[in-house]
Amino acid sequence: MITLRLAWRNLWRHTRRTWLTVSAIAFVAALLVFLIAIQLGAYDMMIDTSLRVFPGHLQVQRAGYQDKPQMRASVPAVAAVAERLRTGTGAAAVAARAFGFALVASQDRSYGVQAVGVEPAREPGVSTIPGRVGEGRYLAADDAQEVVVGALLARNLRIGVGDELVLLGSGRDGSMAATVLPVVGIFTTGAPDIDRHMVQMPLATFQDVFAMGDHGHVIVVNARELDALGGLLAEVRALLPAGGELVALPWEEVLTGLKQLMQADMVQNWFMYLSLIVIVTFSILNTFLMAVLERTREFGVMLALGLRPLRIGAVVMLESLLLTLLGLAIGIAVGGGVVVYYYFAGFTFQAMEEIYAQFGLPGVIVPELSFVTLTLGPAVILAFTLLASLYPALRIRRLQPVDAMRAV
Amino acid sequence: MRATLLLTLAWRNLWRHTRRTVLIVIAVALGVWSMVILAALARGSMEQQIRNEILNLTGHVQIHAPGYRDDPVIDHRMVPPSPALRAALDDPAVTAWATRVRVPAVVASERESAGVALVGIDPEGERGLSFIPGAVVEGRYLAPDDGAGLLIGRKLAERLETGLGRRVVIMSQDVDNAIADRGFRVVGVFDTDAPGAETAFVFVTRAAAQAMLKLGEQVSELAVMTTDRRRLDALTARLKAAAPGLDVASWAEAQPLLVVTASITEVVLYIWFAIVFLAMSFGLVNTLLMAVFERTREIGLIQALGMQPRQVLVQVLLESLLLLAVGLAIGNALAWGHLAWIRDGIDLSAFAEGMEMVGVSAVLIPQVEARDVLGANLLVLVLGSIASLYPAWRAARYVPVEALTRV
Repeated sequence: MITLRLAWRNLWRHTRRTWLTVSAIAFVAALLVFLIAIQLGAYDMMIDTSLRVFPGHLQVQRAGYQDKPQMRASVPAVAAVAERLRTGTGAAAVAARAFGFALVASQDRSYGVQAVGVEPAREPGVSTIPGRVGEGRYLAADDAQEVVVGALLARNLRIGVGDELVLLGSGRDGSMAATVLPVVGIFTTGAPDIDRHMVQMPLATFQDVFAMGDHGHVIVVNARELDALGGLLAEVRALLPAGGELVALPWEEVLTGLKQLMQADMVQNWFMYLSLIVIVTFSILNTFLMAVLERTREFGVMLALGLRPLRIGAVVMLESLLLTLLGLAIGIAVGGGVVVYYYFAGFTFQAMEEIYAQFGLPGVIVPELSFVTLTLGPAVILAFTLLASLYPALRIRRLQPVDAMRAV
Repeated sequence: MRATLLLTLAWRNLWRHTRRTVLIVIAVALGVWSMVILAALARGSMEQQIRNEILNLTGHVQIHAPGYRDDPVIDHRMVPPSPALRAALDDPAVTAWATRVRVPAVVASERESAGVALVGIDPEGERGLSFIPGAVVEGRYLAPDDGAGLLIGRKLAERLETGLGRRVVIMSQDVDNAIADRGFRVVGVFDTDAPGAETAFVFVTRAAAQAMLKLGEQVSELAVMTTDRRRLDALTARLKAAAPGLDVASWAEAQPLLVVTASITEVVLYIWFAIVFLAMSFGLVNTLLMAVFERTREIGLIQALGMQPRQVLVQVLLESLLLLAVGLAIGNALAWGHLAWIRDGIDLSAFAEGMEMVGVSAVLIPQVEARDVLGANLLVLVLGSIASLYPAWRAARYVPVEALTRV
């Protein structure tokens, strides 16, 4: 206890120096708390917005379909498998899909597009597209003879709601697939790839046109919370037929690029964070060191009075620790305050909004407010400063009482 | 008192506490090192994104029929370059230019089909203009008289289960809005860093595309490569004058997102410079304050002996400047050495797919820009001196008698 009191009092022998050092630590700690919270919030936003539009949280596919999405690599009895997953797991939403390539033609234009067969009643649970139908309506029944098309595609084809669309493609068995369907709705997701290259029709209609029987290609499963995906994945895998024909892939394996993009960003950010922490450590190391050097005489006296070097070292270490903790506490309070503010207000800046507006997204980051975001940065700072404070503390062991008392 | 004397005093004062000075010099050096390295990496990554996008059929300047950029179909076609446009393109700044046919199409193998852009190119004209002449990894590049030859991306070839020597059918809309189809033979497979290019394009000769789509001599676009992508204003103005009625756009107009990304990168970089400097400045000010306080008596004495407060101030400032200069010299040397070491690039292949999403190659080549290095050094020097004003002013304010009698 006396050690603690000594350390605390020593700290305030140089008020200005202590405050300057505390400010340095607080500044970096607040900055890291804020940056890490924003960074993780941005990742969440990227994941959420990318998955919500179409891919979903996890997908059941035939093994190998992910790398080579071919029509023949299909899931038999796809609706039944989807139903089994729907009742057998805690999934928030399950929807079956089938994919094919088709040449779609209007009166005077034709384009190659991705044709998707969906379950109209289930699709809204796993994708935002049903909710983004600006003109007309989304697909009605599971076997309705109708399509919805992306807005850019509709514009390029010069068609509107009520017009007929000719679809040409090849079926699963290699036969010619051809049909004429009325357009009942036009959707705008903001993602040019989807708006330009996708048409959706009811699953049964798709299976009929593309000679799929009861097959499909993908079952999209959404968890209630993205954090609960691990458990859901295990549940889904347990329900899949044995033999390994069907696999369940979490979003990381469906959108491999997204995960890697975030990892690369993480590496780069930590390079920045760590260089900042090292710089500030050197910047405050002088305070620790001076606190020892200027008290050489005092330590000499203490040693002569019988204090063990270890004990003095403990006092010095404790001083550094208190100093750091004080700085970190202020830093966490300030950084956390800013994070809480943006947690409710949303963080954005104009250029970012412009970029995201092109994808029809709000471009507002909600910083992640959690124990990790509040303490991870400060914890690393603490580790570095403790390491730094070892050096001055260890110097005390080399002091000889008589020489030290004579020192100026 | 002469300036050299003040300088000598400052320099000697600096080394009265070697350890303390060394510590703060290290902090300054590390700060500058991290600024320079980070700037080089950020610039390198940005440069790569822009260069990849330009090579990805964008070019420095592109000319289209009005409406093509919004809706790239055969309806928005244009006549081959007029003599006036050809004359304008015969410019010392232009290193390469070529016309292309580029329309949406369907490519079908025996098993699968996919939507792509059919690109009809002038095989020789593309050299120095786009990625394709250097990207063929299997088979060969197109020859000018390759009527039935086609280049396909590796990923697309895998998806279509086709390959070298096999036939694929291309379907697209011709000028009469009828579906034109034609068989081509895969003569080459290409592999590229450019985002999505491997599945987005198939290449044939321009003549073959024109014949298939009944285009005659008409084309979809004209792409131009120049000596410097930053100085395009004069050239685009000349091209606009030479090609009235056509849409002449620089890469920056064609890819506005890239320009926004570049400016965000720059702003983030400068904010980071400021943050690193702040982290350093706490230590700098603290060290100088300590140096001044422990010399209270001494400063009082020399003031009593006739040194002006102004000279005390200059002396402390000089001390700080010298310290910063030493730190900067070491930091720049460190950064220079580090950059020489990573000159050939940092291997990012662990994140290859993610990097491809943003158009960065698997190897990141740092790019040093003089203004970043200069900016970092000036920032530290100028702001550092300003931060040192406080301790210097404290020192100059001592009243000699009080200072002398203080313990």
